[in-house]
Amino acid sequence: MLNGLSTIVRDRAAAQAALQPDLKASTKPKLEAHNLSFYYGATQALFDVTLSIPERSVTALIGPSGCGKSTFLRTLNRMNDIIEGTRVTGKVMLEGVDIYEPGIDVVALRKRVGMVFQKSTPFPKSVFENVAYGPRVAGHRGSKALAELVEACLRRAALWDEVKDRLGDSALELSGGQQQRLCIARALATNPDVLLMDEPASALDPASTAHVEDLIFELKQNYTIVIVTHNMQQAARVSDRTAFFNHGHLIEVDATPKIFTRPGQKQTEDYVTGRFG
Amino acid sequence: MSSAPQDFPTSPSLAVQPLGLGPRFSLSRAREQAIRLILLCCALASILTTVGIIYVLLSETIFAIPPNEAFFQLVSPWHFFTDTRWTPQFSDRHFGILPLLCGTFLVAGIAAVIGLPIGLAGSIYLSEYASRRTRNLVKPILEVLAGIPTVVFGYFALVFVTPYALRPVFTGIFGCDVQVFNAASAGIVVGIMIIPIVSSLSEDALRAVPQALREAAYALGSSKYHVSTRVVVPAALSGVLASFLLAISRAVGETMAVAIAAGQTPVLTLNPLRSVETMTAYIVNVSFGDKPHQSLDFKALFAVAMTLFVMTLVMNILSHLVMRRYRETYQ
Amino acid sequence: MSATAMGPGIGVPRTRASARPSFVGPLFAGACATSAWLGLGVLIVLLVGVLWQGAGWLSWSFLTNYDSRHPAEAGLLAGLWGSLWLVVLATLFAVPVGVGAGIFLEEYEKKGWLRTLIEINLSNLAGVPSIVYGILGMAVFVKMFGALQGRPKVLEIGLRSAHLDIPLPFGRTVLSGGLTLALLILPIVIVVTREALRAVPSSLRQASYALGATHWQTIRHQLLPAATPGIITGVILSVSRAIGETAPLLMVGAAVYLANSPGGIETPVDLVKHPGGVLEAPFDSFTALPVLIFNWISRPEKEYRHVAAAAILVLLGLLQVFNIAASVIRARFQRQARW
Repeated sequence: MLNGLSTIVRDRAAAQAALQPDLKASTKPKLEAHNLSFYYGATQALFDVTLSIPERSVTALIGPSGCGKSTFLRTLNRMNDIIEGTRVTGKVMLEGVDIYEPGIDVVALRKRVGMVFQKSTPFPKSVFENVAYGPRVAGHRGSKALAELVEACLRRAALWDEVKDRLGDSALELSGGQQQRLCIARALATNPDVLLMDEPASALDPASTAHVEDLIFELKQNYTIVIVTHNMQQAARVSDRTAFFNHGHLIEVDATPKIFTRPGQKQTEDYVTGRFG
Repeated sequence: MSSAPQDFPTSPSLAVQPLGLGPRFSLSRAREQAIRLILLCCALASILTTVGIIYVLLSETIFAIPPNEAFFQLVSPWHFFTDTRWTPQFSDRHFGILPLLCGTFLVAGIAAVIGLPIGLAGSIYLSEYASRRTRNLVKPILEVLAGIPTVVFGYFALVFVTPYALRPVFTGIFGCDVQVFNAASAGIVVGIMIIPIVSSLSEDALRAVPQALREAAYALGSSKYHVSTRVVVPAALSGVLASFLLAISRAVGETMAVAIAAGQTPVLTLNPLRSVETMTAYIVNVSFGDKPHQSLDFKALFAVAMTLFVMTLVMNILSHLVMRRYRETYQ
Repeated sequence: MSATAMGPGIGVPRTRASARPSFVGPLFAGACATSAWLGLGVLIVLLVGVLWQGAGWLSWSFLTNYDSRHPAEAGLLAGLWGSLWLVVLATLFAVPVGVGAGIFLEEYEKKGWLRTLIEINLSNLAGVPSIVYGILGMAVFVKMFGALQGRPKVLEIGLRSAHLDIPLPFGRTVLSGGLTLALLILPIVIVVTREALRAVPSSLRQASYALGATHWQTIRHQLLPAATPGIITGVILSVSRAIGETAPLLMVGAAVYLANSPGGIETPVDLVKHPGGVLEAPFDSFTALPVLIFNWISRPEKEYRHVAAAAILVLLGLLQVFNIAASVIRARFQRQARW
């Protein structure tokens, strides 16, 4: 199992080197969690997590189901605030500013830190209106500028060619893979710095999954991406760094090749080799 | 496809810049709060309605702002509730509500005798016996029945029930006198009117009974009849009772059908074949004249209305309490 | 499924307790089935009866005549227009307030004493007899608590090319009737809005928040549009209810005999030809379809019974149209919203 993953990792590193010889994954941290603990009412779901997410890279969060990786992801854009009875201790720093400080404008935060959900949730509106929604609620008006923005986002999400004649059609008529890419385009429209993706391809067929993974690969040149996935091959394919969660604890985080070939912790090795989870 | 972020078309407000996560500016926050306030006022409108009803009723009957006088300051509550004559228009004025109460209960009683059993039996059929297809046919029919305006039922009572149902039976066979306006015709149609209420609410209650209970009874060798009557209905009793209470409350509050068919003679009687007057019919009949606001006749209207309101309120509250008890049992 | 379980073949002797007549089961089932189908029977008898009495009196002139002392010439016109104005005013007032209240209860105040108070209040209001609403309307709108007794005023509001003359107190006008009906249907609109909002999947809400939308923006751009078909269906149903209401209108002063329509508008063309009438209509005296029916039934001449029956047919027909409209809307949007 480890051998298979190492092959994937080696191939990918070669591909990356061939493509962008001088663009290294940056090491400057974009997002940092410091001693982050999270509670659903009385139940503690995250225990003292300290994790740093470098900018313009892909960080994968892996772990068995229920380990807290999705919960952690949602603390990064304060989506957990919507759920009643949740509590956070510790800090999450976005470029040095603690986003949990009182007085922080959560609405602005979510424009900087975008999210794509597991099940694609296009709005019951047209393709165009879906992408334009973020800028519109931000106060963006000019129709020409909006049209350009929508086109740019759809191109970035590798969806433009497929929908350019159907911008007015309902988004619900797209296929599953197209809908998910639409949601990615929609998230890009607010010009975020960070993209959080919660198992973005788990509901898709292999062809669409490959599309989405290629997309992530391209997007990381401009965005910081944090992706939760239960598919280890996927993590090995797309991410630069991988963090392994178990039972709400961050067990190990390191460069992806190292996690999948020579993990430091036994738990990590057990998970990655498929002994549990 | 590797343009740097700065090539991405943006408007100045979206451009990447120093964090700008500080407290959102007062304009937008203020707007959100203003909207919340407006919506709160909308929600308070319903409370205003209740407050209005209570105020209007109380201010004419119990507390009045001078020089206005309240009804119960002019007529003693004792007389109001015990006098057996209601003759506000005669020279010898009596304001005893008992005749009106009697009329109301006579009509509601007949309605209950007709509507409650039929509604319950119908709900048992829908819940225990009927196929899904049958249910999908019967339920819309009941909804149509529920949507028919009460004037239509009043018409039906006067023009059909009395001459073609009551008279042939009671005058033809039993030789009793059936007046043109009578409590029985009104009671019958009000009973028909409340069938959908009892049916749908009781059916909900019956269907909420866990299937496991029925299966246990069947496994012990019970027939469907036994299971329905000895197991399911008793298990759903509170829900069924709640529906009964609501239906009776509706029957008590029914106005037009009784105004048309039951008559305008307030009497204390148990004879359903004669003309009576219910509280609701009295209110309607009085409002036709252009009585001055200060006259005692007019104030009597409010006293009757308040009695009616309190009665239906008590029944509705009881019904909700009973319903809550049934919900707690199963959820 | 209705047979008893055990018989002699199993070797267990039948005890006395289980030896009951075997016709009770089927009899009971039959009684229940009859009860359930009784509604259909009643509807058929009702319809046949009304058709028999009134079908012969239906004609185009019946719809375009006013009430008359001669039964053969009596018509519905005043009632049709009156009901139309009443319904328009009632929805104009009840829908914004009701939808707003529904949004507030579902989106803003999720728990606390205020919410509990409002909910108890709503469930009580649903059980109040409609005539009590009529009394409320009479005291508040028609008489305004007797405040301006004997000294009625007229409030003049100038608009661009016309002006509104609002009588104070409102008196026995369409406005009073419309407001009273609005209070009557308000609880229905609130309940319907809440259910429609609840049916919107939370994933839509989350996606909107994740894009940086505020609470109100999410409501306005995502939740309300998604809930609109359900709300519209509910409004149509409450209109059906309002059209059939008689008692509150009688309390509020619906006229017993009326030979004109509110604002003098008698045909749809008049709406355009005499726009001034539109501004006068809410302050005119009025009657309504069910009120006409009530009046005609109460008249001594037997011919009026037929006129009443014809009017009932028109009323039932209108209600059926609304019913169908609501079903069509509900079906069409359920197909579209494939969450």
